[in-house]
Amino acid sequence: MVEIRIHGRGGQGNVLAAYLLATAAFFEEKFSQAFPSFGAERRGAPITAFVRIDSTPILRRSQVTSPRYLILADDGLLRVPETLSGLSPEGAILVNSPHAPEDLRKHLEEEGVSVGPHVRIATIPATRLALEALGRPIPNAPLLSAFLSLTGTLSTESLGRAFAERFSGDLLAKNLALVSSGASLVAANLWKEPIHA
Amino acid sequence: MREALEGSQAIARAVALCRPQVVAAYPITPQTHIVEALARLIADDLLEAELVSVESEFSAASVVLGAASAGSRSYTASASQGILLMSEVLYNISGLRVPVVLTCANRAVSSPVSIWNDHQDSMAVRDSGWIQLYCADNQEAVDTTIQAFRISERTELPVMVCVDGFTLTHTLEPIDLPEAGQVDAFLPPFRFSRSLSTARPLTQGTLVSPEFFTEMRALQHGAFALAEQEILAADRDFAGLVGRDSGGFLRVEGDREAEVAILAMGSVYGTLKDAHRSGLLGRPVRLLCLRAFRPFPAGAIREAAEGLSDLIILDRSLSPGSGGIVAHEIRSALYGSGKGPRIVNFAVGLGGRNVPGEIFREMLEALEKDPPAFSFFDLDSGKLPLPSDSVMPPS
Repeated sequence: MVEIRIHGRGGQGNVLAAYLLATAAFFEEKFSQAFPSFGAERRGAPITAFVRIDSTPILRRSQVTSPRYLILADDGLLRVPETLSGLSPEGAILVNSPHAPEDLRKHLEEEGVSVGPHVRIATIPATRLALEALGRPIPNAPLLSAFLSLTGTLSTESLGRAFAERFSGDLLAKNLALVSSGASLVAANLWKEPIHA
Repeated sequence: MREALEGSQAIARAVALCRPQVVAAYPITPQTHIVEALARLIADDLLEAELVSVESEFSAASVVLGAASAGSRSYTASASQGILLMSEVLYNISGLRVPVVLTCANRAVSSPVSIWNDHQDSMAVRDSGWIQLYCADNQEAVDTTIQAFRISERTELPVMVCVDGFTLTHTLEPIDLPEAGQVDAFLPPFRFSRSLSTARPLTQGTLVSPEFFTEMRALQHGAFALAEQEILAADRDFAGLVGRDSGGFLRVEGDREAEVAILAMGSVYGTLKDAHRSGLLGRPVRLLCLRAFRPFPAGAIREAAEGLSDLIILDRSLSPGSGGIVAHEIRSALYGSGKGPRIVNFAVGLGGRNVPGEIFREMLEALEKDPPAFSFFDLDSGKLPLPSDSVMPPS
């Protein structure tokens, strides 16, 4: 089972991001589950969402407390202590950030935040891409497609289908373009591992 | 057809498949998505129903009471304080023997204010005369919703379908929605025997003197015996159409011969089953998932508990000064039936506290340490301003 935790802020579409990932997995005939953990319901407040993907039916409904992957919709969330909590020592973090991964790691270490020597980090400037394409800072499409490309978990075509279930017309076209550009910014299959372990 | 759906969307679609004629509800977290989705289906002409926007849950319940009394299939949904605000009308609906289906998106009750999941709200109205069925996953929520209309209309008792807030209502997962033809075959159009009509005037809800009151109550109580058969029949007949059941009164799974059992109600059961499947429990355990809380299936519980030495009962609600509510009723069901098991009652997951799979092994280990009859298993005593034994009076 792959367990993923998404951290973001209210209003960024993080719950939708979790639903899109689980829907994409469903399209590939995998079993999946996505659910949010809301704090105070307001824009800007930290929000967590959980995704599980497996080849057999998923029974557990507890929160994801030891994820393999983190997807962060905002690099400032790395400074929130709960964000890194329980992350597998061999895990990986995809961050929406304009900074290069090594710069981000260095900044964090200077601030006393240790990510762990074996934890891999990748970054993409998803907010900038989203602002250019959509005019709104909703980082989902590039962030999710980059994640799928890095992990090889699911195809970006399935992610596109998940977007097509919820959006149409111009907005869908723009999101699909972001799906393509997000995936092209990272090395495909860099984090690939078997889905059922 | 299987679709990846948020629980609330799936429940709304299941309600729509039952062709309700009146939907009335007032939004409250975590129920809101269900009635929003129904409002959208009606606005998009995908469901032909009267949607009544009301100013409170008291009115929502009153509208469905009136609508169902006039012969319309009626639906509402609520949670937490909303259920409490409805409570007076809930008693009226059941006392007048009017068929209504309500989804309770289970949530804690304030104070302290919590938007998160436990079973306090539906437990607070467990004596209101409603059938209560608790769903362990979203597929059961869909299937039980459809079954609920048939059970309600055949018994003339209202049915509350209890679905864990957020844990189910806000979880997207693959869910099979039955075909409209299957639901139509299962659920005939609603014909209410005592429908209000100017052609056949009658009075409902009159004052009942002491001369007749006990008889009214006895009839209401007796209707639950019939409801037992209807609950089982609905689950069996629906399973015949879709190829899966929702657990009847309760499921008995895991190691059926084990002498130790854990009983849960609602979505925590999935995590328990996962812990069992993953070998996290460390010993053979019988797993019990209670679906019907009203009527309370005492006989089925006695049968499921046969041969047990220890029974751990999880409660997601609290009767302060007494303890867990489910355990209280199960103790009563098992009392006097020969050598019953030791019953250990743990409150867990109150107000949305996460219930991880590892906790069940800890519970099994706690059995060796002679635990009290009732305790808050996931209590963090470090957060208390007092020594923890002062909040756990000896029982």
